[in-house]
Amino acid sequence: MEKKDLNLKSKWNLTPEGWNLEGVPACQDEKRYTQVGRSVPRIDGPIKVKGEAIYTGDMTLPGMVYGKIKRSIYAHAIIKKIDCSKARELPGVLAVLTGDEAPNKWGIVPQAANETVLAVGKVRFYGEGVAAVAALDEETAEAALGLIEVEYERLPVLLNPFESMERSQEVLIHEDSKGNIMHAGEQVYGDVDKAFAGCEYVLEREFHTNYPQHGFLEPHSALASYDAQNGQLHLWASSQIPHYLHRQMSIVLEIPMNKIRVTLPTIGGGFGGKGEAAPSEFVACLLSRKVGRPVKVVYDRQEVFYTNKGRHPCHMKVKMGLDKDGYIQAVDFDNTLDKGAYSGWGIVVLFYTASMIHLPYKVPNARFRGRSVYTNKPSTGAMRGLGGVQPRWALECLMDEMAEMMGISPYELKLKNAIESGHTCINNMFVPHSEFKKCLETAVKKSGFLEKQGKLPFGKGIGMAGGYYITGTAYTLYQNYKPHTTVMIRVDTEGGVTLLCAAAEIGQGCNTVMAQMVAEELGIQYEDVHVQSGDTEIGAFDLGSFASRLTYAAGAAIKMACVEINQRLKETAAGMLGVRADQLVIKNHEIYSMYEIKKRISWEKAVEAYTSINGTLVGMGNFSPPRRKGIDIISGNRVQGANIGHSPTFGFSSQVHEVEVDVETGRIYVKKVTEAGDCGTPVNPMSVDGQVEGSIMFNIGACLYEDQKLDVNGKHLNPNFHDYKTPTTMEMPEMDTNIVESYDHSAPFGVKETGEGAVQPTFPALTNAIYDAIGVRFYNLPITPEMVLKVLKDKKEGKL
Amino acid sequence: MKKLIELDINGRIYEVAIDARDLLIDVIRNKVGLTGSKKGCGDGDCGACTVLIDGKPELSCIKLAIASQGKKITTIEGLVQESGQLHPIQQAYVDHGAVQCGFCTPGMILSSKALLDRNPNPTEQYIKHELSGNICRCTGYKRIIEAVEAAAKVWSKEGV
Repeated sequence: MEKKDLNLKSKWNLTPEGWNLEGVPACQDEKRYTQVGRSVPRIDGPIKVKGEAIYTGDMTLPGMVYGKIKRSIYAHAIIKKIDCSKARELPGVLAVLTGDEAPNKWGIVPQAANETVLAVGKVRFYGEGVAAVAALDEETAEAALGLIEVEYERLPVLLNPFESMERSQEVLIHEDSKGNIMHAGEQVYGDVDKAFAGCEYVLEREFHTNYPQHGFLEPHSALASYDAQNGQLHLWASSQIPHYLHRQMSIVLEIPMNKIRVTLPTIGGGFGGKGEAAPSEFVACLLSRKVGRPVKVVYDRQEVFYTNKGRHPCHMKVKMGLDKDGYIQAVDFDNTLDKGAYSGWGIVVLFYTASMIHLPYKVPNARFRGRSVYTNKPSTGAMRGLGGVQPRWALECLMDEMAEMMGISPYELKLKNAIESGHTCINNMFVPHSEFKKCLETAVKKSGFLEKQGKLPFGKGIGMAGGYYITGTAYTLYQNYKPHTTVMIRVDTEGGVTLLCAAAEIGQGCNTVMAQMVAEELGIQYEDVHVQSGDTEIGAFDLGSFASRLTYAAGAAIKMACVEINQRLKETAAGMLGVRADQLVIKNHEIYSMYEIKKRISWEKAVEAYTSINGTLVGMGNFSPPRRKGIDIISGNRVQGANIGHSPTFGFSSQVHEVEVDVETGRIYVKKVTEAGDCGTPVNPMSVDGQVEGSIMFNIGACLYEDQKLDVNGKHLNPNFHDYKTPTTMEMPEMDTNIVESYDHSAPFGVKETGEGAVQPTFPALTNAIYDAIGVRFYNLPITPEMVLKVLKDKKEGKL
Repeated sequence: MKKLIELDINGRIYEVAIDARDLLIDVIRNKVGLTGSKKGCGDGDCGACTVLIDGKPELSCIKLAIASQGKKITTIEGLVQESGQLHPIQQAYVDHGAVQCGFCTPGMILSSKALLDRNPNPTEQYIKHELSGNICRCTGYKRIIEAVEAAAKVWSKEGV
């Protein structure tokens, strides 16, 4: 058993039961992969290390000019007048654009879309765009911005959701949103109050999270080229969501989608921050249409901060009840989300936080009440682990505290309540497969958690937490039943194998993973597969990179596309070999009979034979996720917003953090993180580890250092990487990440997610470790040295 | 008033017309056309614009082009060997999965080269210290440090 744990990553040729399938016909052995499950280097690695990868900002087109955006100096004000006459007269200025020229509302969730390209009549956050300029060079564009005169009438600035609700009689941020509430919702499953009445242990706490943003290194960039002769628009953009961007561009510009092409060059990170359309993209397109030349808009870092769609600060009240044996009976969760100025992903995030209480523990009764409240800040939106990170932090910290109430280890409490494969949640969410218990066991065992917790000297501590995330999503964001992903695979003697799709490679490595999956299905090597992704015209349809959906969705579509190709090649080879097509196996560039192994032909020969008769061989595949409804399975009633959070399957993980707290300076050092994740089959284990390590550092930053600060007028105090502190190499702990053996039979290649699940346990594991170190629980983030010093002082003076 | 200056980049002399206030990063990217060096923040905080000037890592987004005359500038494009092979550091980054989105990569690799030039047998702590000026948001740094350690091994064996 011990030995098995240490070899977690080396047994991908074995079944979960440990059977060696050597000798079994390969066609009956769905788990014996050659391309999937290999740690191969990224296909875009070499061009990236050579500096030859082309990002949007690196591009130049003939006749290209530059666009810049004039930004508001107030967080909440009526625009009385915009005078652009002086700017228009400046030599080198080609056009000036104001909000009223493109008043159509955009937003990724169309039911709530309320953002305009540039402010119309009113600004709602500091730095909101009010006008834009196209000029021959950047200096002239910059100078022109200074010549645009805007007259404002200031309005009260609301920066806190509670103040915003309280003062809504006095001032509304959006006229149509009463109480300054974007959306409020309630979900009740079972009988929560009755369940609490029967509980042995009940605890309620309030938690408040901070306001971090993504910090992707490549700022938003867009290059648009409008061809006035044929009305065709081509946009190159730094985006995670080419399709949703495409759709919203069509709405704002009032031109049909088939006249717009969105292409993603190399993307320098996203983490959700490029998961909505951005004004840079609209402005580039609108200006290009105006001036008839290509226009490039690249934000500077300050503009990224001004317009960022970071993580919602959440103000959460959480109550949990356990029976005398420690089984969870009920969870009551009240959440007030700080929405910032515009709706964006708002409703989705609100109800994601609601759905997060149903997993990864069995919760038989649950109640959620939540509201997303407008404030005069940059809109909050999708940020790695959308809607999950905040409630996960609260729930895992609460359970740590409850385990202490009961006098048991938090590991015991969590293991006891952990869900297993085949679990149906009270909201009808279905989990086909889970190795969550294995994650908990692995992280705890490998870190020595049980031997260390509560036994380390003052200032040193260890803490643990679990987590999960969706793999894929069940619904499009607008009413439509089309497949979420379509891929096309082309095989011929000229191009070899080409995968054409519109998936967004944002750095996570999906192009490599997709090449591995295509190669696996076609029986060739991943290096043989050309990937053409991220283009709405060349590629087939894809929703984009968010909700940890790509590996699963693309995997399913690829499998389907390959069926047709393999069938045609087998038929061709069968004729050549004189055997039945259904007896043929395709592996390692060869097509051979599974019964007469001497009957074989090279894969390339079969392709040549097929194409010389029929021409290019093409396979199409698509993927539609299952659509379970959010239903209270006791009452049978459908519940508002409860479809959000359903997904084809779920990834799980667990982390143990070890910290040292410097009691003199209050500084927290994360010394070691032990992680174990259930990502199903790791298509590329090295890439999985990279995702997990990146996730851990990402949220260590947000837990300890990162917070956007605004002054009372809503002006940013730290809109740069100097004052907004992200982790550097010096903050990096020792990291031991482990991929637990897992195979989801309901998933293509047995895959699940790893991009967002691994951020979930970081906040609570770290917070619990700090408690173990100094005996104080924190309910506010980020946990700064000042906070640590204050509580240590209070503790010394007996105030705590 | 534009001024004609000469810049020695990757062993080639480029003659460029610049303003006195032009930053080195903008001249390298827009006038010389070497877009491998990235502009991540423009404030000298993120390290994506790192180039080597006379072998030392410098932030080209807070350095004037005019002040870089007569010096040997190396950008990421200058690292590939004459045969087209990757430099051992570049190869190590690829092999160890130290690249994700790739935007920090050119600067990170040049900082790695500078640290290995100074100290071919670095400790982990030394590597961390020397790379602390380069922000990466994707990788969590672990694989970057492993790549530098691996490159150091090749370095001490073959010398580059």
